[in-house]
Amino acid sequence: MLVASSQPNSKSTPAATGLLRRVIPCLDVAGGRIVKGVRFAGLRDAGDPVERAAKYARDGADEIVMLDVSATPEQRATSVETVERVRSVLDIPITVGGGVRSDEDAARLLSAGADKVAVNSAAVRDPRLLTRLAQRFGRQCVVLSLDATRRLPKKWAVVVRSGTNTTAIDALDWATQATALGAGEVLLTSFDRDGTRCGYDLALLRAVSSRVNVPVIASGGAATPAHLVDAFGAGACAALAASLFHDDDYTVSEVKSCLRQAGVGVRS
Amino acid sequence: MNRRDVGIVRTGSANLASVAAAFSRLGASVRFVEDAAAVRSADFLTLPGVGSFSAARAGLRAKRLDDAIRQRVNAQRPTLGICLGLQLLAARSVEAEEAGRTNNIGLGVLPVDVVPLPSSVTLPQLGWNAVTADAGCQILQSGTAYFAHSFALSAEPPGWAHATTTHGIRYVSAVERGPVVACQFHPELSGAWGASLLRRWIDTSKNIEVFTPEGRPSC
Repeated sequence: MLVASSQPNSKSTPAATGLLRRVIPCLDVAGGRIVKGVRFAGLRDAGDPVERAAKYARDGADEIVMLDVSATPEQRATSVETVERVRSVLDIPITVGGGVRSDEDAARLLSAGADKVAVNSAAVRDPRLLTRLAQRFGRQCVVLSLDATRRLPKKWAVVVRSGTNTTAIDALDWATQATALGAGEVLLTSFDRDGTRCGYDLALLRAVSSRVNVPVIASGGAATPAHLVDAFGAGACAALAASLFHDDDYTVSEVKSCLRQAGVGVRS
Repeated sequence: MNRRDVGIVRTGSANLASVAAAFSRLGASVRFVEDAAAVRSADFLTLPGVGSFSAARAGLRAKRLDDAIRQRVNAQRPTLGICLGLQLLAARSVEAEEAGRTNNIGLGVLPVDVVPLPSSVTLPQLGWNAVTADAGCQILQSGTAYFAHSFALSAEPPGWAHATTTHGIRYVSAVERGPVVACQFHPELSGAWGASLLRRWIDTSKNIEVFTPEGRPSC
């Protein structure tokens, strides 16, 4: 019988779902161009965001994340226009983050064509921003961008301001608090692994995934399809990669066929 | 082929750029619609929506669009509800009730409620999932669609063909009756499969002979 109960569902029955795991190429964008660095620094030009996003979509990307890493106001002024240009060609979801400081920043990006906005430092400063955004746009629009650095074997601290500032905030506590306040997804970046090509921080992924009920996107360190397989094994709902795709080491479709062979359910 | 005019209802809370871009890519001419006269006159009308049920419902009421949308749907004129746009067609929403809002009553076109998905699975459901269309569907087809939601229809609305999806539970993820289609998923974000659904809605709708109670062709 096809009736969704309005009663809370019993946790004893296995959670059947046809939901597929997502592969998400990430474009770090500044001044209308793609840039890519190691550990958030040493940026180099890596092409036109519209061209790249369209190629990724053709190759089977499930979503695109665009992070505005502008260093100057002049560069940042182009970010809304970049979102508009990418939106006009793309028929898959776009998440935009980087420099989202207020409700109005989020509103501008959403009306330019973003489907979700990712908030990082501004939410750490003002956690209620997450609640305001969720009330205005729905929590499915609000992504917590959480950059974490490992302090002890099972302890991570929140990093803000593009990696220039390590806080005393515990990353697991922050993930829990932020999702309760209104974040509908966590984009979880290992600051230690970002750009290093040695795989995602799986312990971090496991810890956050077991704490929150919203989807977790693994980010930071992917260099091979096997790294994505590991991320999904550690509880990620989606896996993000930048240089792996930018450097044409693998196409999205090659990565997805490796995932399929490893038994990971992905969209064909 | 004539250029199709698609009106997109501006409820105030929704992100409309993705929907507008999708119809533009299909060669349709897109305009945003905010008043009842425009809702009545649009050849093709899309009711999109993200955000909270009660806020969107209040927006429709403030702009006096309730009756105009209800009349269109009952007269079988080409209308497409997306995500919250589907939920707004239902009788009432538990989401709004939980928030203690009074705007919990939907347009009542679909005689079923909007209830939460089970908490045994990841919520919101964000991502791609299978859609299985039943044999009565003409515009909806089986495939893989992009979803972004935590609430869904409580049951099959009688008199509508439908499609289902499984996330913790098997639920109705789209309904169709003549040229009226409503999807819990986002066809505008569902790649080539989603674009083909929008294309069928536009192409099939113009061929469906529909008459208003006065006996005039309505489209």
